[in-house]
Amino acid sequence: MEYKKTRQGYADALIELGHENEKILVMDADVAKATLTEQFQAVFPERFFNCGVQEQNMLSAAAGLALEGFIPFASTFGVFATCRAGDQMRSSIAYPKLNVKIGVTHCGISTGGDGASHQSNEDIAMARTLPNMTVIVPGDYEEARLATHAATKMMGPVYLRFGRDTYPVVPAIHSKFTIGKAKVLRPGSDITLITTGIMVSEGLQAAEILEEQGISTRVIHMPTVKPLDVGPIVSAAKETKGIVTAEEHSILGGLGEAVAGVVAENHPCPVYRVGVMDVFGESGQSAELLDKYGLRAKNIVEKALSIVRS
Amino acid sequence: MLDPKKHQFLEDKAKAIRKEIVTMVYRANSGHVGGSLGATDLIVALYYNLMEHEPENPEWEGRDRFILSKGHCTPVIYAVLADCGYFPKQDLLGFRRPGSHLQGHPYQPKTPGIDASTGTLGIGISTGVGMALGAKLKKQKHYYYIVCGDGEIQEGQVWEAAAFANKYALDNIIGFVDRNYLQTDGHSEKVMPMDPLDTKWESFGWKVFEIDGHDFEQIITTVEAAKKENRPVMIITNTIKGKGVSFMENEAEWHGKPPGKEDFERAMRELDKVP
Repeated sequence: MEYKKTRQGYADALIELGHENEKILVMDADVAKATLTEQFQAVFPERFFNCGVQEQNMLSAAAGLALEGFIPFASTFGVFATCRAGDQMRSSIAYPKLNVKIGVTHCGISTGGDGASHQSNEDIAMARTLPNMTVIVPGDYEEARLATHAATKMMGPVYLRFGRDTYPVVPAIHSKFTIGKAKVLRPGSDITLITTGIMVSEGLQAAEILEEQGISTRVIHMPTVKPLDVGPIVSAAKETKGIVTAEEHSILGGLGEAVAGVVAENHPCPVYRVGVMDVFGESGQSAELLDKYGLRAKNIVEKALSIVRS
Repeated sequence: MLDPKKHQFLEDKAKAIRKEIVTMVYRANSGHVGGSLGATDLIVALYYNLMEHEPENPEWEGRDRFILSKGHCTPVIYAVLADCGYFPKQDLLGFRRPGSHLQGHPYQPKTPGIDASTGTLGIGISTGVGMALGAKLKKQKHYYYIVCGDGEIQEGQVWEAAAFANKYALDNIIGFVDRNYLQTDGHSEKVMPMDPLDTKWESFGWKVFEIDGHDFEQIITTVEAAKKENRPVMIITNTIKGKGVSFMENEAEWHGKPPGKEDFERAMRELDKVP
């Protein structure tokens, strides 16, 4: 299996976009080497603004640049954009619905060695409760690249979420990226798995395991967590016995709860959430943390079996 | 010297705006009267003398921008914008009411003439430095007038913006700290000491002036001087919170308290007597 960085998809797209549109600006808050926006800086130094370690000012200043007609990509780690600069994201960007793109990296437990202080497991929840905010969690390098292009084409604030590590390349999700559209990756009639972000590869592996046991498994990949593509969720609730969601994020407030809300209101069925429990992470290697915090295919399989066998 | 006729014109405008402020807050039974009255002379000088703007064309690219970073003082900016003709004076009746475009704090997408949304403190000046950078990238020549509260500058974000403006040499920013020494919970130097302001801003790379914020002559000549600077400018504007209404002057309790009927009538009588 090939592995690539999702943040590299972001960085590559920014350079492509920079060539296409001179209104594209990139801002960073002293983590350009980590978000990889230094690559944009190397090509377009006059359109790159390092704000230093000041995420709050970066987001409000990005709002100011959007008011002047630019398309700023404000880049930092997820934990800093949402928790540190949550007010600026809300009041400066989301409320006036300004055309700011917030590109964040180092999200989720796979951030690894930096530990809980830097592992953003709450940011989807925070971003998706803001009116006007679009929230996208790409599944691999190519989807990250496509999503960054798509975010540029829409008017309004977008939260783009990427990880630190390299993640499996999943060719099944490389079709055209449309914001707000889920991708049904395989049909199935017994159980549905709904994934976002890098959990798509674990979801597909889980489906293989379940199929081997004779369980017909539908897999829906949902890179846009907001606005949610309700149709495929309701169909899954109606046509299969239940749904397992999987996200590299807290089980609170993320994709799982969003899906559960849709299901509860439309066609109740069991919904089990795979994600980080209501705990902070810790330092470790990406892979061992994904194992320890239960973000693997086997964890998805376990939940799916408990629905199918109940 | 300011032409006496022009001076009287500004005095008359300030008086009318103050009456409108008191009326709006009384009618809405909600809003910030003290800081609005205190900042009236400054904002009147800007809109009726200093700023290049076209009320009939609020999106004009070449206009000077105004950002009320102390966003709670909407009564003064709404009264001024309505008087200039950005929207009908009738709209002021809707201040802080459902369905109105006149929100409690400035909201740029809805209100003609509002250049940036503010409300949570610190974001106004910070949005302003981004806008000013944008204008530099477009090689535009207009100015960004940004009014901060003296309580507001306790926010760390204000100093992030200050550093940013220095880094990018944003000499198209003319800022004001409305220094009335009062904030919601009392005397500003007791709530959180920030003096000396001049050396603080200077050490962040800004040129600093200090003026009497109720003296039109000083406001105008200082802004003209500020335009000659090649770095961002902060003008410490000493004002009296509640200026013009004796019982509101220098009283922290009038920060966010609407006047009752008796206080409203008394305030209007006092303002009527202003020459």
